[in-house]
Amino acid sequence: MSTPVQQYVPKERQVLTPPAKRRRFSRSARVRFTNRLFTYYFWFSILALCLVLGLVIFFIGKTAFLTFRDISFADFFLSFNWTPEEEHYGAAAFIINTLSLTALTLALAVPVSVGLAVLIAEIAPGWLKNAMRPILDLLVGVPSIVYGYLGLTVLIPFLRRLSGENLGDGLLAAALVLALMVLPTICRISDDAISAVPKKYREAAYAMGSTRLQVMMRVVIPAAGRGIIAAVIMGMTRAIGETMAVVMVIGNTAQLAKSLFTPASVLTSNIVMQISNVEFDSTWNYALHMMAFLLLIISFVLILFIRYLGRKGREQA
Amino acid sequence: MSEWTRTRKMQRSLVYDRLATYGFYGLGILVLLLIFWLLLTILGKGLPGLSLEFLMKLPEDMDPGGGIGPVLFNSFYILILSLLISVPIGVGAGIYMAEYAPPNKFTEVLRICVESLSSVPSIVFGMLGLAIFAEYFQIGLTILGGAVSLAFLNLPMLARVTEEAVRAVQNDVKNASYALGMTKFQCIRTVVIPMAMQGIVTGICLVAGRAFGESAVILLTAGLSTSGEMWDFNLFSPGETLAVHLWYVQSEAIVEDARQIADKSAAVLVIVVLMMNLLFRIPLWISNRRLKK
Repeated sequence: MSTPVQQYVPKERQVLTPPAKRRRFSRSARVRFTNRLFTYYFWFSILALCLVLGLVIFFIGKTAFLTFRDISFADFFLSFNWTPEEEHYGAAAFIINTLSLTALTLALAVPVSVGLAVLIAEIAPGWLKNAMRPILDLLVGVPSIVYGYLGLTVLIPFLRRLSGENLGDGLLAAALVLALMVLPTICRISDDAISAVPKKYREAAYAMGSTRLQVMMRVVIPAAGRGIIAAVIMGMTRAIGETMAVVMVIGNTAQLAKSLFTPASVLTSNIVMQISNVEFDSTWNYALHMMAFLLLIISFVLILFIRYLGRKGREQA
Repeated sequence: MSEWTRTRKMQRSLVYDRLATYGFYGLGILVLLLIFWLLLTILGKGLPGLSLEFLMKLPEDMDPGGGIGPVLFNSFYILILSLLISVPIGVGAGIYMAEYAPPNKFTEVLRICVESLSSVPSIVFGMLGLAIFAEYFQIGLTILGGAVSLAFLNLPMLARVTEEAVRAVQNDVKNASYALGMTKFQCIRTVVIPMAMQGIVTGICLVAGRAFGESAVILLTAGLSTSGEMWDFNLFSPGETLAVHLWYVQSEAIVEDARQIADKSAAVLVIVVLMMNLLFRIPLWISNRRLKK
């Protein structure tokens, strides 16, 4: 590494003599020109990214707010009656289903994935750690449609036999599929958060005579708390926005899911089932766009909440 | 007191500790078994019937024995087109965020933009594509629309992985290159990008794998049909991809062997995605090992 530079410069070459003036000018001008050019290019790319976000908000929002030209605010948010053929556009059932599906998914996924993160970060020996992380990445790689297909062909018959109901699709099936999909997300981010807890905290706790369980439950997990919450919210955004896996197992009926096995529909699945069949200039289409806009707002709020958590964490540190 | 005795409480804590350790290991083993069972189910159902003929043949509407030729081709075609659009912009944006962005309020706003964009559900990108291409430009459901919408979906993720990879380059190396009198762009081109290459390529592979299996966006922007011929490079023909085909076959198809076609398509999807994630990393992994020696 520390080879002297002189070794590479031939002795006979006069390093200090300036080269011909014109050439030197053109070279440095070229360098400065590309430097400037690429500064603008990088600047342009980040602006293009923001432009895409602007496009999303503009195109979805513009159409979404046309909804309220035809139906009232209360009709859309408070009514459970979604029969577009008869001009009833109540989205309350979808909103509540989305929320309950997300809650059920998290209830299933969070204990398992945080437990797994603790295992990987704290307990497992090095070789197991190095094996588990890529294997979890395999789960991320499986396309969502394949999860949905497996849910349809394997999970639903299984649930049908288990519960004795004649239909297996509904919230439970969708939540099980989603739980498997968000597991690696939550697990990886909590794993990072737990690994980032300073070693001295643990050593102090061990020095007081704690067992490993006590160190984990009373020191490490509280210290990594914000990171774990951020991980859970990341999982949440993924669960709320997931479409194809859900649409295959939830049953697609526009009604409130009163039990775990009621065929139901959530915001995403309803949009994807109906959007291809509607006229662009119809209230039906506007209402679907309003649902998409709701999804957008929910995910923006969640992201801002993660940022807020991160900022508070930095202030405390 | 000459002998150290364990109190009851200590005894209990030790037992709990032991039990919890077993519990965590048990959980880990269950999850691992679940993952392997999952992969085995997908691959085990689909692989045995897989043949080159199935991969190349045209799909059939009524008779059994159809293949997935055009949809598989469309999958790769749309993926490559979308990467051609999104990689230069995404990587550029990532480099900007890591190298150029000054620490001020405006950069914060940009960062919020990138994070918000990465949280947008994929179905919303599909609707955006539908609104832009089918409604605004009136060209209907096309390969071009699918590729551009998919590129939108890829952008924030590419920017994020690039930013992480570029940030991981040590400052010493950059300082050394500045000390040689390099301009900022020379430093990025000759020092930063080669050192961050591994991270960037890994990120692109992850994004490509995700984009290959993406179905909600393609379903809305490229449609549920193909032009019906193999090797159709026309940007304006409908472009059903393999992931969408899986959805179509299990929900609407009326051929007898729909179930087998779906099984095989799922297996092909998973294999291709795994290949993208693993195979492309091997050369990098080897060169990395050589560097370390």
